[in-house]
Amino acid sequence: MDNIAGTKSSLSFVTNASVVGLVLLWLIPTIGLLVSSFRDREQISASGWWTSMFPVEQAFRVQPEPEGVTQDGIFYTFSGNLFTTGEGSLAGAGSVDGFGIASREPDGAAPGETIARYIINVREADGTVDDERIVVKFANGGAPVFPAEDDDGNAILAGTAVLDRSLSVAANGDFTWVQEGEISRAPSIYMTAETPPDFGMDNYTTIMQSDNMGRAFINTLTVTIPATIIPILIAAFAAYALAWMDFAGRGFLIAMVVGLLVVPLQLALVPLLTLHNQIGIGQSFLGIWLAHTGFGLPLAIYLLRNYMVGLPRDIIESAKVDGATDFQVFTKIVLPLSFPALASFAIFQFLWTWNDLLVAKVFLPSNSESWVMTVKIADDLLGSRGGDWGILAAAAFISIAVPLVVFFAMQKYLVRGLMAGSVK
Amino acid sequence: MSPILQGILTIFIGVGGCVGYFVASNWLLDKVIFPPKPGDRGRNVNRATLVRPWLFLFPAMFALGLYLVYPVIGSFIRSLYNRSGEDFIGLGNYTAMFAEEGFRTALLNNMLWVLFVPASATFFGLLVAQLTDKLRWGNIAKSIIFMPMAISFVGASLIWKFVYANDPSVGIINAVRDGFGLDPVDVLQIPFWNNFFIMFILVWIQTGFAMVILSAALRGIPEETVEAAIIDGANPFQVFFKIKIPQIMGTIVVVWTTITILTLKVFDIVYAMTGGNFDTEILPSYMMDYMFRDDGRATAVAFVIMIIVLPVMIWNIRQARKEMN
Repeated sequence: MDNIAGTKSSLSFVTNASVVGLVLLWLIPTIGLLVSSFRDREQISASGWWTSMFPVEQAFRVQPEPEGVTQDGIFYTFSGNLFTTGEGSLAGAGSVDGFGIASREPDGAAPGETIARYIINVREADGTVDDERIVVKFANGGAPVFPAEDDDGNAILAGTAVLDRSLSVAANGDFTWVQEGEISRAPSIYMTAETPPDFGMDNYTTIMQSDNMGRAFINTLTVTIPATIIPILIAAFAAYALAWMDFAGRGFLIAMVVGLLVVPLQLALVPLLTLHNQIGIGQSFLGIWLAHTGFGLPLAIYLLRNYMVGLPRDIIESAKVDGATDFQVFTKIVLPLSFPALASFAIFQFLWTWNDLLVAKVFLPSNSESWVMTVKIADDLLGSRGGDWGILAAAAFISIAVPLVVFFAMQKYLVRGLMAGSVK
Repeated sequence: MSPILQGILTIFIGVGGCVGYFVASNWLLDKVIFPPKPGDRGRNVNRATLVRPWLFLFPAMFALGLYLVYPVIGSFIRSLYNRSGEDFIGLGNYTAMFAEEGFRTALLNNMLWVLFVPASATFFGLLVAQLTDKLRWGNIAKSIIFMPMAISFVGASLIWKFVYANDPSVGIINAVRDGFGLDPVDVLQIPFWNNFFIMFILVWIQTGFAMVILSAALRGIPEETVEAAIIDGANPFQVFFKIKIPQIMGTIVVVWTTITILTLKVFDIVYAMTGGNFDTEILPSYMMDYMFRDDGRATAVAFVIMIIVLPVMIWNIRQARKEMN
């Protein structure tokens, strides 16, 4: 029967709203990571992922190669399109908001205008004539208008202006560059433009190929699978013994297993590493498989025993009456019946070993060939690629993709495992 | 040999070896050592039954003894020696540790973690468990809140780096501040409070765990007690605090202690977020600092962690023994 209290609509609204709030609080950071992993590095720095679906305004410096240069007297001209120069993050489209020829003013002129640098003569305070550069802008097709004085207050002599270079850019990125003298190298053109959102798998391909994340993924798999399968086997037998076999010291052993659940991993690291070194295993995959087996056993025995104790007594008793030894009862009856508990522990152990950082750092060799994903992210990527949010996001997502899939597929068993023995 | 090949081989050898051991030892016991010869049948079967538990238990006991029991003693002994392991310096490591500022900061921070994280996670877990109890979409909500448990601590740290980032275009917190016209602030550098920002990540992860268990506990409360209270005129808050919570108090305690144990072990988050800088160091990451440099000191730190955890261990064992009787 439904809980009668709490069916008032206002309370129900508050309940719904607060749950929505909590769920959002839990979900939003993860979504942010996923979205960012598909974005280009510069777009991430320019705008938050929550606006990533909209075009991003950024400042660019483009250096188009002079092609198709035509000569007109002493002036050399060439044209092109700023978005298709193939540089960096310019994906071939966009709309120009402002442009310029100096880095300190990337948006000095608007599309439809021309910005130009002229060389003029000025009369200085002491009467001498000197030449200077001045930057002016004017509408396309129009003529430059020079002020009467320059920035220092010196009078500009009219009619002495000679064009040095000029640039005009249209909103779609088409530009025309005019320069006095031969164009010996690509000019630097600055602009601020809106580029469409650029989602792609670039971060993922970079990280798998050049950053060797693929290797780390395989290493993680190599560590996890044996470290999940072997403890189950050992623990199943022990759990059965502690659940259904009668012998002196059983209570003590059970208490010991419970106690060992609590022992901090850190305690075991130094002595075991020393031991491994002494017997010749050193830091290796074999070492980490043994370590994870040892560390995972208390939980395994605890979970499995709790489950086995709950199995119907009659089946086991009648099998024993029929003359079956404990070994046969175990292999033919208890083990098959315990499948849910075995699955629960398998998932636990899989997630735990997949996500582990500490044991991997200690028991695996420290060369980059042997890194698992957690170590690679924590030690390598956070350091060397610390500012590259896109790469970090992609790496994080690769490492959490498999656990998430396992989690959503096997949630039922995970929950059941958690509850074993915890609900009083 | 490539690790993959090694791995596959290990699976075969390991599984085969274990199965082989169990099958062979039981076969030996039943057919060779104590065969049911006529006349001796009853006695031999009894003897076999006496020995068999130990056969079943042996691999587990060996592994546990080697990997968990021996280290407790081994670590303690190692902590009594100096860095190279040759000179016995008694409690020298411990006194040096307690005198060092870094250790005291780590200890203090750890205490903060132990106080804040289990309480918050249990509180949020209880809150969500109760709120989602009767919702139609409760199961989906619970799945989402539970999801962070599947993620590695390092992955979770990365996720939250995106929230805490100093750059207003990357970090949500600073984006909101920017929207209000405030300057961006690096939350990981605020003295004292940066610890709480890091702690929240663990709360984010562990709340799902608390929620799952407490949700099951809430479902286990007998309906009659709740209905009787409602008939007597109690409002939802009174029902929650006076009827429901006392009945699941046992479970709440179990959840609290379990999260406490985990909190004391976790070093990944601090390691990934700040590396222990800005006074965020906690004991496990402090130990990692010394891990490959001064094993004597590192084991001493590990032993301190062990001592902190000891009361919980004793309490758990007591509970287990009570249950068995």
